Amino acid sequence: MNFTLKIWRQHDRNSKGKFVEYKASDISPDMSFLEMLDAVNRDLAKKNEDIIAFDHDCREGICGSCGLYISGRAHGPQRGVTTCELRMRHFHDGETIVVEPWRAKAFPVIKDLIVDRTAFDRVIQSGGYISVDTGSTPEASSIPIPKANAEEAMDAAACIGCGACVAVCKNSSAMLFMSAKVSQLALLPQGHAERKIRVQRMVHQMDKEGFGHCSNTYACEQECPKKISVAHITRMNREFIRAAFW
Amino acid sequence: MVLNSKIPEGPIQQKWDNHRFNIKLVNAANKRKYTIVVVGTGLAGSSAAASLAELGYNVISLCYHESPRRAHSIAAQGGINAPKNYKNDGDSIWRLFYDTVKGGDYRAREANVYRLAQVSGNIIDQCVAQGVPFGREYGGLLDNRSFGGAQVSRTFYARGQTGQQLLLGAYGALSRQINSGRVKFFGRREMLDLIVIEGQARGILARNMETGALESYIGDAVVLATGGYGNTFYLATMAKYSNGTAIWKAHKKGAFFGNPCFTQIHPTCIPLSSDYQSKLTLMSESLRNDGRIWVPKKAGDKRNPKDIPEEERDYYLERLYPSFGNLVPRDVASRRAKEMCDKGFGVGSTGLAVYLDFADTIKRNGKEWVEEKYGNLFDMYHEITAENAYETPMRIYPAVHYTMGGLWVDYNLMTTIPGLYVIGEANFSDHGANRLGASALMQGLADGYFVIPYTIGDYLASTKFPQIKPDHPAFKEAERNIQELIKKLLSIKGKQTVDEIHKRLGKVMYDHCGMARNEAGLKKALQLIPQLREEFEKFAYVAAWEYKGNGLNWELHKEPLAFEYVKPSTRSYK
Repeated sequence: MNFTLKIWRQHDRNSKGKFVEYKASDISPDMSFLEMLDAVNRDLAKKNEDIIAFDHDCREGICGSCGLYISGRAHGPQRGVTTCELRMRHFHDGETIVVEPWRAKAFPVIKDLIVDRTAFDRVIQSGGYISVDTGSTPEASSIPIPKANAEEAMDAAACIGCGACVAVCKNSSAMLFMSAKVSQLALLPQGHAERKIRVQRMVHQMDKEGFGHCSNTYACEQECPKKISVAHITRMNREFIRAAFW
Repeated sequence: MVLNSKIPEGPIQQKWDNHRFNIKLVNAANKRKYTIVVVGTGLAGSSAAASLAELGYNVISLCYHESPRRAHSIAAQGGINAPKNYKNDGDSIWRLFYDTVKGGDYRAREANVYRLAQVSGNIIDQCVAQGVPFGREYGGLLDNRSFGGAQVSRTFYARGQTGQQLLLGAYGALSRQINSGRVKFFGRREMLDLIVIEGQARGILARNMETGALESYIGDAVVLATGGYGNTFYLATMAKYSNGTAIWKAHKKGAFFGNPCFTQIHPTCIPLSSDYQSKLTLMSESLRNDGRIWVPKKAGDKRNPKDIPEEERDYYLERLYPSFGNLVPRDVASRRAKEMCDKGFGVGSTGLAVYLDFADTIKRNGKEWVEEKYGNLFDMYHEITAENAYETPMRIYPAVHYTMGGLWVDYNLMTTIPGLYVIGEANFSDHGANRLGASALMQGLADGYFVIPYTIGDYLASTKFPQIKPDHPAFKEAERNIQELIKKLLSIKGKQTVDEIHKRLGKVMYDHCGMARNEAGLKKALQLIPQLREEFEKFAYVAAWEYKGNGLNWELHKEPLAFEYVKPSTRSYK
């Protein structure tokens, strides 16, 4: 297969970026999107040109490092997959593919397609955990948790922190990301001691980082590679209101 | 040098308790006077950094990624072992200890393995308290499954994402300490050298990968938690960033390398389909609990698997190992699969695959049951191969997955360099020659949560540390050396990309140092690798041949060529 790529190139945080056109030829339909970029980079390297920088690591859809905005879709046209899992067979031969980094105020571009997502880390640092020191814990099975709750907590915990929800949101809101953590910990009895302070601190930090608010368009759920449900946003809102009044 | 493993006295059940009593403690008020540099934020690194900070130490934590949560522990799927005996099926600390030593082909240190089995139960308690959503029974209690090579059900799991959930738990603990200020975290840093001053590990030199600057990090002890070296094989299940540099640099500074030959080849990976492939994808071996492995009885049988009747299939693991069946340890399952393929029984277009068939389980328990248990793995398989494994058997083939070898450490997890500790996959300690399933997560967290916080105190309390500043000559010298190395690497201007050279190195490793090894192959690899290195480093040279006598081979002498005035490039006369 052959493709024309329009790729965002930006030298560093402070430079101005632009789209540059590249050809990707003899691409096998079984290649992943990143393997296709590897091939383009190999050719660039041989011509002694600066290769296209993109973040990646596990290449099996779990580390959350990769994340490209592909022809207007976060992680490309397939539902429920990350960029590294996306195969070229889902594109048409001869297609022009536009590749951009995540666009959000809270995710500044570092270079080409790599953005700085440490705002997510700071949101978690503000309270996205259960405060428990090593060793000070009761026997694991001492607190029974209904299977349905445990399963729902797991659905939320499946978030890989890639940032697609922010990139696709017209408000650049981090509500889906944040609510997944709030919801997970609110569903488990272990998380109840800090449920009030947790949601308040995290919301405060989210605002501080420059993420927008949720206006219920649900593009985030649609584009989330782990199909995290917006129901968690509802639960987070409930937690937030509860924290204010009770 | 005589290696002293420092195994404590006493019967094996009491060694760890005795040791914890006998080692020196750092007074609670004095802990804040010490700084510990922890490199890597996978299960071992995150749990160690968090636990040490909770104790009151100053911790500097660094990782290659932007965020600690992206370390490759996150990709572990199957589970984590602990002998809680919740299933009432005869499990015990002793049985986990025994299984691990035996599974490791009797090449692990008994005292370490026993300690690992002892603390494994605490890990589960810790993770549950952190909110790790382990799989549960309808009664609300924790579920267990049997896993890779165990006859009891002792594996705790969070769907097929156990590593992710455990890492996010440890990441939460680490985040809490970053928030408290006791951990200073630095992302996108690559460790490029270990700094040893007066025989003590006192810090590291790291490269800031955004700015390219070299930075010094000083501590009273250094803990490496940087994972294994499986990516030397190029095609492995390792993440692309797991490059093994940190332990290699420490090795060059004097830390012994233990059992480098022990590489685990995992039996259930998606087979290689062509040469552009950048990595191999593992599917949890929990699939072997319910899938049956087979090949056609007739070599070279290219029929659609559905058209091969039951009596013409060879369920070779069930045939060869009636009591373990498809659940034999990883090394055994991998070796048998390779043998079958080498004899021509392999399936798929390359002939390098065997079937893993769920038809019987689907018939017995229904598709929904399989979907609930393994849905994400079936989806992953479908995305990669475009095949529906509910309808046609999966194809699997072994791939490099884990390195049991690593830097040598004593019972305290300290290397041959005083003050340098190595934890998790990066050390060699607990798995002998073969790691059992669901034991890597266990060891990473055991080292980080429950071993290093005790043992490092003994060293700190009994050692004197001279004051060191970033302008110390040792740091300056390391910086100069690394600058020079980087300059040298960047000025090669070769014709092949780094990836291409890496691929070729991987092929040499795979062909001669993979699942089957012999003297001739290893010797060949020892010739091929230096040649490859030379090709990489000295792309331009004068070949001067020396006549060694009649009937003897000429000897090649190379004069490297440096270009200062003319920039080498592809010649063009257009």
